[in-house]
This record gives sequence, C-alpha cells and structure tokens, in this order.
Amino acid sequence: MAKLKTQSLHKRESELANSNRQLEILSNGIFKSGELPKFEDKIAKIGQFPLRPKKLEILQINVGYMCNQVCEHCHVDAGPDRKEIMTKETMQQCLEVIKNSSAHTLDLTGGAPEMNPNFRWFVEEASRAGIKDFIVRSNLTIIRANKKYYDLPEFFKKHNVHVVSSMPHWTRGKTDKQRGEGVFDQSIKTLQELNAIGYGMPNSNLKLDLVYNPSGAFLPGDQASMEKDFKKALLEDFNIQFHNLFAITNLPISRFLDYLIASENYEDYMYALVEAYNPTAVAKVMCTNTISVSWDGWLYDCDFNQMLDLKVASKVKHISDYNEDLLNDRNIVISQHCYGCTAGAGSSCQGTLA
Amino acid sequence: MSKTYYDPADLRKFGNITEWSEELGTKFFDYYNSVFQEGALTAREKSLIALAVSHTEKCPYCIDAYSKDGLQRGITKEEMMEAVHVGAAIKSGAALVHGVQMMNKVNKLDG
Repeated sequence: MAKLKTQSLHKRESELANSNRQLEILSNGIFKSGELPKFEDKIAKIGQFPLRPKKLEILQINVGYMCNQVCEHCHVDAGPDRKEIMTKETMQQCLEVIKNSSAHTLDLTGGAPEMNPNFRWFVEEASRAGIKDFIVRSNLTIIRANKKYYDLPEFFKKHNVHVVSSMPHWTRGKTDKQRGEGVFDQSIKTLQELNAIGYGMPNSNLKLDLVYNPSGAFLPGDQASMEKDFKKALLEDFNIQFHNLFAITNLPISRFLDYLIASENYEDYMYALVEAYNPTAVAKVMCTNTISVSWDGWLYDCDFNQMLDLKVASKVKHISDYNEDLLNDRNIVISQHCYGCTAGAGSSCQGTLA
Repeated sequence: MSKTYYDPADLRKFGNITEWSEELGTKFFDYYNSVFQEGALTAREKSLIALAVSHTEKCPYCIDAYSKDGLQRGITKEEMMEAVHVGAAIKSGAALVHGVQMMNKVNKLDG
C-alpha cells in the first residue's frame, strides 16, 4: 500500500530536489550506455533538431509553488511547505507582457495559484487585458480549504475564467491514493458547486475541463475513451458534468521521478516512453507555442523545464526584459524528459497533440 | 544464456520475432492489432478478456502487458480481478465437468 508523502522533496532535503541531479539521472544509465536513444538524436532523425518555436499562443505563469495538497507525482514538488510566491511587482511585469503579447491564452498555474495573496488582484487586472482564453488551474480542494476561498467559483464566473482541474480517476480510491486522503470527496463537492453556477454545463460559456494523469508508472490511455468513461461515471454517480478531459503523461521529473526510482519502475517507464515515441507529435509539442514564467519572473520553454531550472536559451531570460521577437528566435532546451510529451498521442497542458 | 525461462525484458523484444520471418511476423502483428481495435466490443472490454485469458494461459508476459493496459484504460482493480475470476471459473469448471466423464466410466464399469 502506497504511503502518502506529506512533505515536498525540498523539505525532505531529498537529492532529487536538486534539478542538476535529476538531469544527471535523465542523461546517464540507459541513455548514456546507448541502450535507449537520446531525445536529441531521435528528433534529429526527423529534422527537428534543434527544436524551434512557432507562433507564441500561450503564456503560462506559475504564481507560486505553495499548495494545500502534496500529490504523489507532482512535477512542481509543490506543497504547504513551499514558500516561493510571485510578488506583486513581478505580477505587474507579467501584466505589461500580457497586454502587449500576441498570445491568445493566459494560463495561471502553481502550486495552488489561489494561495498567492495577490491572486485576485492579478486575475482582475489580467482579465482586462483582452485575452481570449484565461485559464486558472485549480486543484478544486483549495476552494473548500478555508472560508476565504469559498466564493472563488463566483469570482471565477465574474471574470469568465476557464477552470481546469486535476482529477486522476472517477473513483475515490485511485484519486485519494495520488492526491491525498479526502481529496476525492472535496473535489466532487466543488465540481457540483461549479456546475450549479453554470460551469461545465452543456452549451455553457463557463468552461470547466478536467485533467487526467495516470496514478502510477503507466501512460495515459486514449483521451477520447477516457473522457467518455469519466463523463459517464461522474454523471451517473454524482450528477457532475464537464466539457473536456485532457489526458496528460507524467514526465519523469521531480516527485514522479522519485516515485519511479523508489518503485523500481524508472527503466521500464523510460522504455515505455521511448517505445511510444510519436514523430508526428514533435511538431506540436507545447514548448513550440508556449512561454512559461516562474514565480520569480524567469522564462522557460515549459513548466517542466522550469522545474528542472532549464531557462530559455535566449538573450531574454527574465520577464523584466521580455521581448517576444527575440524570444521566438531561440532553440528550445530539451532533455530525455521531453519523451513524455511525444509518447503515444502526445501530451501537453492542453491534452493530447496528435 | 539466461538461467531462467522467463525474463520480463523479453516482452519488449516481442516485435523482434519478425526479424526471422518477416512475412509471418508482420501478418501476426497486423492481425493482433486489428483484433484489439474498437469493434462490436469496445477496446476496454477486449482488454479485460485479454487479461482473463492471460491468466488461464498462465502467460506472465501477457499478464504484465494487460495489467498495464487495463490501468492505462482506467480499468479498476475490482474489474480486473472479476475478469480473472471469470477465467478461473471457466478453468476450474472445465476441469470439474470432466467429473461427469469419470462418473460415466465408473457407472459403466461398476454400476
């Protein structure tokens, strides 16, 4: 029986809290020996190395690593013990960028983004910037964690926020195993609350999407089939509706890497990712249309590179120096974790790619 | 040579059987892949049937493959175990139904 961790890798002072150590693991062993090809070599074969960005579509801003949950496979290593929080000054810099950027989607993530003390101010300001799709990645339980969050569904509605929430399974056991005891029941109540004010309902403009990521060392199944199963079960069991399910592959970094190594699944998982490599997904990976901003304003090709501290390979590295033309003229930084985004039907924060 | 008959890593090499007989290997994998597509039965139902048969065939490679396949499809532990029981019930029933043959023989010889 899996025992849930209650502290982040950082708090536990695990060696895997160090991004250099993670990158070492990802480049040594089966990849160093040549047993499996490096991602760079794999994409070079289809003329995609170096990987280059296309038109910027999504600005993903991580407003802090603090979270009320300590999910087993969190790639952020988020938790209540993480103190990295975006300041109002950095948010101001982000707002300037949002106003002038060609990106049509703003994607706020964390941690639990709602725990940032300036979260509401930031949402109010950002919602005036004329962004087409304004996403907040909410873990659902935060809304019930403290009375100061109880009105968040109405707040989201007022600002026409697109809510995207994690839901590993439609059963209590599998959800709680990954995300913590009681998470399933709390999530169900919040989803019902969101439905009650119009979120996720058929033909509603209040978008509610769910994110599925596997609870263990296996790849996600077909997104459309999973969505069908989720919709059927949540409707029958709890009268819950939502719009889309995004199936996301767990990338072998941070707490998921820790889990893979501890459970002796690391090599098999890397084999599974490499065997499922889908060249058609390469041209569509999210780092080609996304810029990820960290809590302290540094720029990354994606949220995963952010957690590995692989900053963009550009003269522009910080939100304070933001220049979209310069940024778009860069090579995307890659390592073996990138196989997670090209496996099977491909994977991104917006679900499958191919 | 390995000192055991089964090595979990051999499952990854299954596709290599094509190297020694490309035509037959390719035909087999084409057939195999077609069988598991959505049809009158869903791919999910087929995965559970495959899991049950994996057990009755006592194939460790197949058990590994279809336990993982089930997880990927969101199939629950309870569903998987029920499928295995279906296989086990047929297997034990198949043994036990021969008891009728025994009874027939005993009755004929000593009835």
